[in-house]
Order: sequence, then structure tokens, then C-alpha cells
Amino acid sequence: MAANAPSRWSLRFLGLGYLTMLLLIPLVMIFYKTFEEGIGPPLDAITSPDGLHALKLSVLMVAIAVPLNTIFGIGCALLLVRHKSKLNPVIDAVINLPFAVSPVVIGLSLYILYGTGGWFSFIGEEGFKILFAVPGMVLASIFVSLPFVVRETVPVLQEIGTDQEQAASTLGANGWQTFWKITLPSIRWGVAYGIVLTTARVLGEFGAVTIVSGSINGQTQTLPLFVEKQYANFNETGAYGASLVLAVLALITLFAMNLLKRKEDA
Amino acid sequence: MGISVEGANKRFGDFQALDDVSIDVPDGSLTALLGPSGSGKSTLLRAIAGLEDLDGGLVTINGEDATTKPAQKRGVGFVFQHYAAFKHMTVYDNVAFGLKIRKWDKAKTSARVHELLELVQLDGLAGRFPSQLSGGQRQRMALARALAVEPQVLLLDEPFGALDAKVRKDLRTWLRRLHEEMHVTTIFVTHDQEEAMDVAGQLVVMNEGRVEQSGTADELYEHPANEFVMSFVGEVNRLGDDFVRPHDMEVVLDADERTQEGLVQRIVTLGFEVRVELVLSDGTEVWAQLTRAELQRLELREGQIAYLRPVQAKSFNGSSSSTDGASTPHGTPDGGDAGLPAAV
Repeated sequence: MAANAPSRWSLRFLGLGYLTMLLLIPLVMIFYKTFEEGIGPPLDAITSPDGLHALKLSVLMVAIAVPLNTIFGIGCALLLVRHKSKLNPVIDAVINLPFAVSPVVIGLSLYILYGTGGWFSFIGEEGFKILFAVPGMVLASIFVSLPFVVRETVPVLQEIGTDQEQAASTLGANGWQTFWKITLPSIRWGVAYGIVLTTARVLGEFGAVTIVSGSINGQTQTLPLFVEKQYANFNETGAYGASLVLAVLALITLFAMNLLKRKEDA
Repeated sequence: MGISVEGANKRFGDFQALDDVSIDVPDGSLTALLGPSGSGKSTLLRAIAGLEDLDGGLVTINGEDATTKPAQKRGVGFVFQHYAAFKHMTVYDNVAFGLKIRKWDKAKTSARVHELLELVQLDGLAGRFPSQLSGGQRQRMALARALAVEPQVLLLDEPFGALDAKVRKDLRTWLRRLHEEMHVTTIFVTHDQEEAMDVAGQLVVMNEGRVEQSGTADELYEHPANEFVMSFVGEVNRLGDDFVRPHDMEVVLDADERTQEGLVQRIVTLGFEVRVELVLSDGTEVWAQLTRAELQRLELREGQIAYLRPVQAKSFNGSSSSTDGASTPHGTPDGGDAGLPAAV
């Protein structure tokens, strides 16, 4: 049923208006505020040692958490779809936990586990620092971004079925060959989409990482933490500049995601 | 040699898919597994291929026990109902897949792939992707892919099931010719008795996880072992304890001691064949298959009374078989053949 013209236009107006008010205007304000006093001050803030360190640390989080969650995600999706078991609904629910639980709570739970008196506190006592150091931040990043690859891969795996894999096995391929030559190429766009979402989540994560990192300048600050610190210290231009970097990184991932979407539809 | 399955059992939860199934497929033959859906025919085929583990029983391929061998080591070519084309690969790469796994060199692979694509008449389409092919072309590609690795046996699971009627007929003629050329032991699964009889030399009729009967098309049609086989391999009317094929029902206008009275309800003309539907005095609905010429000679009309004379009938209750009026005892304990002397 085709909606008539006036209602179609008002629907469009409503949709676009909503997006403009809630998403576009705040983002444009960041751009505007950043360059209000020219390109110098924001550039200084970003290229300051602490700013650069924060950028590096954010990239490091992505470099560790994304590959690990990708491997885990694909394996877990295969388990859920290809090996039916009574435990599957339980695994499925546990995987969704990071979506349901607030990141701050996740951070706190890690703090309790690895902090003084926690079950795993002995690891820190052995000289391998987890809390207020990079390992803890990696753990938090992995935790919050864990479900994406699984969630994006499961439906694709279900859709492709097992016929192609079985055909490969009758043609002489072993399990490993079948995975690399048939399964993975068939689910690649789903996995890629999951990777993009994981990356965006890791880049933007604030709550969980704040708690386990302590947000020490130039040591345990990712970009979002740096933004918050700058803002709290009344260096608003610095905060805006770093925000802009984050926004640009997010836009790049979103753009990559759109590109993948189109490839998948083709 | 060939393929043999002994005492195969398979259960899916509460469902007994295979119930002590044994079959023997001679070397180089083309055999059809025929049965309704849920009869276990696909499960049996998949068990032979190693795609399904049996709960019990033995699978022997060319004299070698294959029961516990994984699918990739059984040397079978398998063709799936829905093609199972590798969607991300070209036609060439699909067919070359098994050869690449076997690490053939490039020149040899290319020669073999083109030879097979020519055989399945897809030679010009090597660079296409499966999504750019029609259903019939995809299935021929799947067949070329299965044949590329020179399998000891070729297994086809309802290979024409997803195709339209015309393509289906072409492909089955083509499969029969291909088998005459290649002589690779072939089993194919179908629920279509006409297709099975058209293509295969040997038929195995399955029902509810058991083998009902095996033999040639003629043997099954002329000497069905039981009611199920008789009604599955052709049309059948039931008259009391007797089963009569519609083409063995003679329609006449005068009653005699061997005829039954019936009211002509409907006359359907299907080209050369005419289907006459009648209701007998006891309420049984039957139909007779006549030719156009016969219909014209009889000048039958809907709503008139006519008389039926079964020319050949069968009974499976082990006792005597009779057609109304002329009681001619026939029938052996394992299912009798009650061709009436007057007609055979």
C-alpha cells in the first residue's frame, strides 16, 4: 500500500528532523567548536605527547581486542549453528551479556576480580600488572565488544546451510580446508560487518576502561578518556580536537560498514 | 564389487529413518532409490556417502569396508538437490575444486576441467558465477564437479527435484546417456516413479525406513511384492481385496458374469488418454484409462451406467484373488498374480 504524498512527506520530515536534532547538530557543534579559534589549538592538543599516546593506546586496543574477538566470534558462531546442543541457549545468553550489562559494571567486576583481595589478584602480585595498566584495559575492551562478530556471523552461517561444506567434503576436502575455502569465504561479509562494529565499540569504549585504567595521563588513557580529562581540566579546545579525531575514526568505520553492506547486497 | 549396505539402522530422535536396510548395487549399474518423502532413501544415500553416520550396519564400496571412513576418503561423487554450488567461485573453480584439493598441477587441472565442462555442455560459461546460471546449468555444473575427481561411485540426491518439468526430462535423458558412456556405479534418489523407471536399470522401492522390493522397472510393475509397491510404481484401483491398474479396467456397455456395474461420474480427456471416473454400487470410486478411440466407440457420457471388467488384478492377502463374477483362484503366499485367463 503506497502512502499518499502528504503523509510521506511528513514522515520524512519527522525522521530527518529527529536525526538532525539528536545526532547531526551535536556533531556539527563539535566541528564548529573545534575550529572556532583556528586550526592551531586543537592541533596542539592532539599532537601533545599525552594526546598522541592516547591515540596510540586506542589503536593498540583495537589491534588486540578485534582479532581476538573475531577468532572467538567465528568459532563461537560455528559452535552455536553447526553443533546443536542443549547448552547452546545458555551460551547464547551469556554472549549477549556485554550488551545487557552497563560497561561501568563490567569495569567494576574486573576491578573486583583482579584488585587487591580478588580471586585473580595473585597475577598482579607476580609482577604482571593488570589493573591500572594496559592488560586490564584490553580485558575490558574485549569484554564490551565480544558479541558483535558472533551476532553478525550466526545468521549468515544459518543461511548458507551445510550443503556446500558437505559437497566440499565429498570432493576430498578435510575440515580445515573446508573451513578456509568454503565456510569462511561464504560468511566473510557477515564477519567483516562484525569486525567493523567491534572496532567502533572498542574505539569509543569509556565506562569499563575508565574504571580499570585509572586514566593516568600519558600512560593509561585511550582517546575517550583523554577527551574527558581535557574537558574536566577546562581545556575545551583540546577536548574538542580529540573528539573530532574520534568522530573521524568512527565515520571511517561507518563508511567501511556501508561499503560492506553494499558489497553484500550486490 | 559395486556398493552394498547391510543391516543399516539410523534413528533421528524418535524417528526411525532406516530400519535394518540392506541393498546391493552391482558394479557399473544405474540404480534408483524410490520412495515417498520420509521413506529413508536420502538418509541411505547420505550414509553411503559418509555424510550421515549409521547407528548400525555396514557400508561396502567396491569391496572395501567404508562404514567408518570419513566422506572425504570414500571416493564418492555427490550431487545435491539444491546444487550446493560454491557461490563465491566461478564455474571453473567449482569444477576444479576437488582437483586443487588433490594438488593437481595447473595445466592438467585446466585440461580436465574443460573436458568436463564440454561433457556437461557448459564450456563457454567457465568464467561465470553460479548465480548467473539457470537451475539446469547449475546442476550440470555440480555433476561435472562431482565427476572431476573420477569417483568410484556417483550418488545423486533428488538431482532434478528443484527443476521445472521440461528441464527435468532433458536432464534425465542426458544422465542416462552419460551413464552409458562412463559406466560409473550410480545411485540416484527420487520420489518420482516415472523418473526412476525412465533413468534407472534397477529400482529399490523404500517405505518407512525399509526396503519394500528391488528389481527392474518391469519386475516391479508386473510383479509388485505388496500393495505399497503396486500403488507406488503406478496408478491403482481397489476392488475389494483386488488391485487393478486403470489401464487393466475394460469398460463395456453390456453386463456379463464378470462385470461390475458403475455410474460414469466424470470423463476427463488428457490428450491421447481418457480418464473415466465411475462409482460402483457399493460406493467405491474407481477410474479406467481408455484411449480416445475407445471412448468414441463406446459413446460414453457422464451420468450413464457402464460395466467394468478387470482384465488383470492382484491380491496380496495370500489367499485367493477374484474379480467379481469370475472366481479364478490365484495368488501365492507372498503375493499373487491374478491375471485372468481371458485377458492375458
